[in-house]
Amino acid sequence: MNGFFDIPSDLQYGYFGLIGLHLREALLPVLAGLLVALPVAQLCVRFRWLYAPVFGVTTVLYAVPSLAFFVLLIDYTGMTETTVMIPLAVYSLVVLVPAIVDGVRSVPPETLAAATAMGLGPVRRYLQVQLPIAVPTIIAGLRVAAVSSISLVSIGMLIGNQGALGNLLNDAQIYHRPPLAVNSVLTTAVLGILVDAALVLVRTLLTPWMPRKGAVR
Amino acid sequence: MIRIDAVTKRYPDGTVAVDRLSLDIPDRAITVLVGPSGCGKTTTLRMINRMVEPTEGSILLDGRDIRQQPVNALRRSMGYVIQNAGLFQHRTIVDNIATVPRLLGWGRQKARTRAAELMERVGLDTSLAKRYPYQLSGGQQQRVGVARALAADPPVLLMDEPFSAVDPVVRKGLQDELLRIQNELGKTIVFVTHDIDEAIKLGTTVAVLRTGGRLAQFAPPAELLSAPADPFVEDFLGADRGIRRLSFFSSTGLELQTGPVVPLDADAERLAAGAPAPYRLVTDADGRPLGWWGAPDELTGGRIDRDRLLPYGRPFLPGTDSLRTALDGAVLSPSGWAVAVDGEGRAVGVVSQQVIGEAIRAAHGEDRQDAKAER
Repeated sequence: MNGFFDIPSDLQYGYFGLIGLHLREALLPVLAGLLVALPVAQLCVRFRWLYAPVFGVTTVLYAVPSLAFFVLLIDYTGMTETTVMIPLAVYSLVVLVPAIVDGVRSVPPETLAAATAMGLGPVRRYLQVQLPIAVPTIIAGLRVAAVSSISLVSIGMLIGNQGALGNLLNDAQIYHRPPLAVNSVLTTAVLGILVDAALVLVRTLLTPWMPRKGAVR
Repeated sequence: MIRIDAVTKRYPDGTVAVDRLSLDIPDRAITVLVGPSGCGKTTTLRMINRMVEPTEGSILLDGRDIRQQPVNALRRSMGYVIQNAGLFQHRTIVDNIATVPRLLGWGRQKARTRAAELMERVGLDTSLAKRYPYQLSGGQQQRVGVARALAADPPVLLMDEPFSAVDPVVRKGLQDELLRIQNELGKTIVFVTHDIDEAIKLGTTVAVLRTGGRLAQFAPPAELLSAPADPFVEDFLGADRGIRRLSFFSSTGLELQTGPVVPLDADAERLAAGAPAPYRLVTDADGRPLGWWGAPDELTGGRIDRDRLLPYGRPFLPGTDSLRTALDGAVLSPSGWAVAVDGEGRAVGVVSQQVIGEAIRAAHGEDRQDAKAER
């Protein structure tokens, strides 16, 4: 295969090692983003006026180039995975916060009123009614966030070998080995598709209550 | 008893939803709050389980201010049924019904057994237990809503326009079912609707509210129809008050005539015996009505011609049905006579409009005397 899977030793990982690193660098930020977005979104639902400013801030943060983040962060977290993952986590908020807000707001008012009337307090209402009903919308947001994060990880090569599969692009240049670049692009794309498929599967398992295609009443 | 005592609900923007409302809601009966939109009926209902807090006044449940107990405990002691059912779409039917028992700490198995019991009570097939709400029709979902409200056997049931989003045929079924369940369980039901016919059908007493949240009249349905307090109530009740009021008069006392009821194979002599009634009700071999024979003296080849019978309207069950049904039957029938049948649909007699008219006059008289006696 003309060294297609022959990873240069300066990357310190084999092919599957790079995949593992790539997934970790891409998905941990999305998970962190989700943990931040859940309470933020709940505040936005609770206090309606908060949503517009929060949405504005996440959008502005999304517009900040990763390189600018790296310059700021490098003094604190050095040339590490963390420096790559923090901006990715911040970027995921622009998708996740609106997804959760929309999901929670999609709960029909009569369902919420019924829950209140049956004596479910605010915490139970959130955990047992709003969040489960928001799952399909939240997962839709996670799919976008995860796939975009997978493609963005490559930028980590800018701070030296922190771009996982993205580093192959750099190596393809320095070692004049174009197949490495093809490998990088294809593998990243396949990872994106697989992670997306996994999230669809998770949604299917979590929401047996959703009308399925072809379902009869 | 639920006592609503001079309750006012004023919103921060100055809107008054409920204005110094006082109502005594009796135990084990259906009290209907009815009125146009914006009359505060839903707000009033929601103040009973503290989903809305009154600005002034108080609500007492069995003499105790409802603010004296924890809000969630209060709510769990009151079943709540809402328009469109408001089911938890992510839970199965059985788990939806078991919600309050589970909150009260029942074991999963006990709660599910109770849920299955309730499904039968509200007329749902227990095979639906593992389905999700989207797999049920609107009417079935509303039945689940009622079952869910009854699950922990609360003494009080609050119903907020529960049947207004289903089609008229299903609605009638649900109303009849509610009356049947109420007969068995005897809950204290507060029922909100904008449909005056529903109010009159279901209510033991009906509170008519006017826009701005003020009480216009609080009376049993029959009294509402016979003596509306003011033009607003009269207008809200709509046309045909007199006819609709007949629903509250029993057909028990109607004197039925059996002479004009003849079998299909009757001979001239048998037909003549039906005089002086101008028509004969012809029945089949089992005694079920077939139609009116309009020419008692003419027989085609000595027999009644089945094809020339006239329709007989809608028969009524004496004692069970009201004078309204009886009169309706008489008006529908070209002969002007109503047909009385037994439970199996066999004709037990006929009665003329004149006789029904006299019964109506007599019923009015009794009603007036009752009213005097009460005072």
